[in-house]
Amino acid sequence: MTAPALTWEIRDGIAVVTLDRPGAPVNTISSAVKQEFIGCFQTLEQDARVRAVAFFSGKPDTFIAGADIEEFVRIGSTAEAERLSAGGQEMLDRVARFPKPVVVGIHGACLGGGFEFALACHYRVATDHPKTQIGLPEIQLGILPGAGGCQRLPRLVGVRAALDMILAGKTERAAKAFRLGMVDELVHPALLRSVTLAAAKRMMDGWRPHRPGPRGLAGLLLDRTPPGRALVFRTARRQVLRRTGGHYPAPLLAIEAVRHGLSAGLSEGLKREARLFGQLAVTDVSRKLVQIFFATTALKKDPGVAGAPAPADVKRLAIVGAGFMGAGIGGTAVAQAGVDVRMKDADLARVAAGLKAARDILDDRLKRRRITRYEHQRVVALLSGADSYAGFGRADLVIEAVFEDLAVKQKVLREVEARTPAHAIFASNTSTIPITRIAEAATRPDRVIGMHFFSPVAKVPLLEIIPGARTAPEVVATAVAFGRRMGKTVIVVQDAPGFWINRILGPYVTEVGHLLLDGARIDEVDRLMVDWGFPVGPFTVADQVGLDVAEKVAGVLQAAFGERMAPAASLAALVSAGRLGRKAGRGFYRYEGGRTKGVDESVYALLGRQPNGGLRPGEVVQRLVLPMLNEAARAVGEGIVRTPRDGDIGALFGFGFPPFRGGPLRHADDLGAARLVDDLQRLSDQLGPRFAPCDALRDMARRDARFYPAG
Amino acid sequence: MTLANGRRVAVVAGCRTPFCRSGTALKDARAVELARYATRELLERTDLDPTAVDEVVFGQVVPSALAPNLAREVSLLPQFPREIPAFTLNRACASANQAITAAHDQIALGHAEVVIAGGAESLSDIPILASRRLSEILVAASRAKTLGARLGAFARIRPRDLVPVAPAIAEPSTGESMGQSAEKMAKENGITREAQDRWTLVSHQRAAQGTADGRLTAEIAPWLGTRPGEPALTADNGIRGDTSVEQMATLKPVFDRRYGSVTAANSSPLTDGASAVLLMSEAAAKTHGYEPLAWIKSYAVAAVDPGWQLLQAPIKAVPLALERAGIGWRDLGLIEVHEAFASQVLSNFQGWAARGWEIDEAIINVMGGSIAIGHPFGATGGRLVTTLANEMKRRDVQFGLVSVCAQGGMASAIVLERR
Repeated sequence: MTAPALTWEIRDGIAVVTLDRPGAPVNTISSAVKQEFIGCFQTLEQDARVRAVAFFSGKPDTFIAGADIEEFVRIGSTAEAERLSAGGQEMLDRVARFPKPVVVGIHGACLGGGFEFALACHYRVATDHPKTQIGLPEIQLGILPGAGGCQRLPRLVGVRAALDMILAGKTERAAKAFRLGMVDELVHPALLRSVTLAAAKRMMDGWRPHRPGPRGLAGLLLDRTPPGRALVFRTARRQVLRRTGGHYPAPLLAIEAVRHGLSAGLSEGLKREARLFGQLAVTDVSRKLVQIFFATTALKKDPGVAGAPAPADVKRLAIVGAGFMGAGIGGTAVAQAGVDVRMKDADLARVAAGLKAARDILDDRLKRRRITRYEHQRVVALLSGADSYAGFGRADLVIEAVFEDLAVKQKVLREVEARTPAHAIFASNTSTIPITRIAEAATRPDRVIGMHFFSPVAKVPLLEIIPGARTAPEVVATAVAFGRRMGKTVIVVQDAPGFWINRILGPYVTEVGHLLLDGARIDEVDRLMVDWGFPVGPFTVADQVGLDVAEKVAGVLQAAFGERMAPAASLAALVSAGRLGRKAGRGFYRYEGGRTKGVDESVYALLGRQPNGGLRPGEVVQRLVLPMLNEAARAVGEGIVRTPRDGDIGALFGFGFPPFRGGPLRHADDLGAARLVDDLQRLSDQLGPRFAPCDALRDMARRDARFYPAG
Repeated sequence: MTLANGRRVAVVAGCRTPFCRSGTALKDARAVELARYATRELLERTDLDPTAVDEVVFGQVVPSALAPNLAREVSLLPQFPREIPAFTLNRACASANQAITAAHDQIALGHAEVVIAGGAESLSDIPILASRRLSEILVAASRAKTLGARLGAFARIRPRDLVPVAPAIAEPSTGESMGQSAEKMAKENGITREAQDRWTLVSHQRAAQGTADGRLTAEIAPWLGTRPGEPALTADNGIRGDTSVEQMATLKPVFDRRYGSVTAANSSPLTDGASAVLLMSEAAAKTHGYEPLAWIKSYAVAAVDPGWQLLQAPIKAVPLALERAGIGWRDLGLIEVHEAFASQVLSNFQGWAARGWEIDEAIINVMGGSIAIGHPFGATGGRLVTTLANEMKRRDVQFGLVSVCAQGGMASAIVLERR
């Protein structure tokens, strides 16, 4: 028999209960723990010595991280999921109806089922420590809070604040949770125990907290009156539909669970909540989101290289090139990793502009209250720069973000090697040049690696790490670990043209040009792809990346892979006409003061093709998506990514491949290799060999194989 | 100087912000930011391991009420471990000298191996004081226990109480301003307007030369600014290489309009800036792999009656420092004399000449002085020691001297040796 997770002792009439799942790094609620809860509360109810209960976590920095997700994924049917939800509700209902006051002291992550438990308790004290994060993230897994969260949170903080939390799956710092009324008291960690016990003592003696609820006229009208709430629900629904494009059922059903509970009462609300939870738990969307959750969790622990050598500590980062990318890397490194950053560029004006841009990232965090004024002051002092290599003598990692030219990069590499200690790593932020080629100029080629960030660095969560032919394993491990410290999701990819992201985007961007020549409308294509689930359409992407950059990447890909990557003539025509995209104020769209001003209709005239409405929507989507899947299959076959998992996560985080489709390789599995080969063959016959299905896919179709095991 | 314990102290490197006339390029930066900037850049240029630093000492004459221990804010730069003690001191215009010699003492005693010493001043950001009566009323109001008592306190405020008081550059003991003292010294020592303007011209021309040939700018960490479009500042902004005696002659004397000779041109301007100097024990320099620019041979401070000639104490401090160094005036190959006023510089020369010392202007202030470069009170000593040590290395001069006069009738002198 394993040791119990729940233990308690009785002192002065208060049962002090501690949850500490043996052998687990964090507390989660499994069915075994659930049984212990029920047993514990039964015992305490009958024990006449107990007049109040105070509940704590035995883990140092988590309270309860949520329900046991491993148990959740084993669910096979709607009915089973509904039972799971109802079981949790029943247990928490016992807590809520417990005849003696139950007070909870929260320190560390208090999420999902953990917060739903706290909501069922009668009084909540939380520490003001940054580790204390409170929220209901279930929506992010395609489900809803199914243990009474949709009922108790709106009753506690009002329907507006509750929907805010539930629909975005947000977690809040303790101070914000306190402001919203999610917890009753906020204390220093050293006082958590005594203040919680004191509250238990007060409640034992008959005291009850007074909770005024949402304040102000808006609070009164929107949170307390049926017509006000109806307005809130309508607005929430509209916002959810706009944000999700209707691809994600969970937020809509969560609104329904909250709405029904408020109009029909708690017990009816709980029933509805459990039923909707059951429906959501077995949806394909939820499955996909859970798979992504597991994949990113696994990826966070992946050292990125065989043998898992220990990563070196990066205390000091130097950046050559203070342009848009360099500044983004510097600002993000300071903001996320708190590392000392030195930027170098050819002249002081560029350095000053780069430092300013990096500082903007920190100012933005201050404005959003992610950091305090004092933290801001501290991190700002981590940024500095010069027009010389002064200060590179202590750099542990140097990232170059200079002009995309082999000779320039090799010159920078030689200069950096002359100024840095032997252990320093040289990372290139190139998107098109092979790392092994750059490393040919190195005296220490084992310390050279690729770190391919995406623009804007502060926003795009993906980082590609590219070991060259001679890169040492511990250099890979160090780059991976540092990328993670910068808050990035890191995939290690092979040193081949386009690496992973640009490689699979290649045919997608190429096809855009062909569609245009075949009479497609720019905004129509973009809208179709947004409807399909992308955050923005391909023309918008091309404008953001810059048409000149896209052309350059396309050129590299064409040189490496031949005709299927050959950009349509339209791209070159636009570039030579000076339409470089957003940065130039005009590309496929027009831009003024950083805002989109609609499609630039003159593009059609420039290319001599007016939109003719001849393309069917389904055809447009197929022509864009299928070649991407084809190229992804081919690249996986070549070993560009280490696993399909890395490939899918890369596409999700790198360019926003629709999460509910799981990623290009998951999506290919869903379509089936045989069907993909057929469709690609048909397109190839109609439109040209650029669509020809690759050998890897043909082979998979023959063997009826998949990228992921079925199930 | 090698002490009985065998220790001596090396000047390893120095770095400063551009010195800028108050209210110009650095007006938005507080003194503490300037000090942190200079120190951070000193770290960058020397590739110093920040954990090696044992202490930080800074001078500041007009402290901020918000960060009274400026040095501690410097030692709390995120590059440093948070456990480096730091203190801020005030020996008026010789404050950075004092910071450097205090650092010297700690190293010489064996209490420290590596110390960063410097100074900072922002005369764009001086504390404006409330009148004595207003502060009394505000204190009384804050102590009042009832609303009535509080209102009663406020009711005593008169319009004249609301006039703010700016700190004056005047002697508290005599009420004589710095400029009046300089004027008095010019008259009593017979320093002519022409002589003052001529020295001023030399100061500007040499500073302009040092800027043009890069010797001066090599010591400056370019100020990049934080506002978009603000140009990077790589040099001091008060240097007028194109000025002339004729042009200066058109200016009216400021402190005695009828018979005076001290003008805005032949005085040092109010200036913002900061300096930082890296000092080490001989052993630490060897361990960390630095070749020292120079060594501190000796130093001395002295004072005179402020009612006599306020800025004439260098004629006492310098002989004392030389005596402690065991060398003579003739042994000095380079001299940096702080220029508060041209009349003060020439009075100091007169005093030294009276001891039979020959004044060789060719080795004095070879890259200009405070009149041209500017004088952020707390920071000037750091500039002088850095400039002197660098130039001693360039010329391979064995002995050099820094002399700084200060408010209160004080002076500080430091003797450096090359080997």
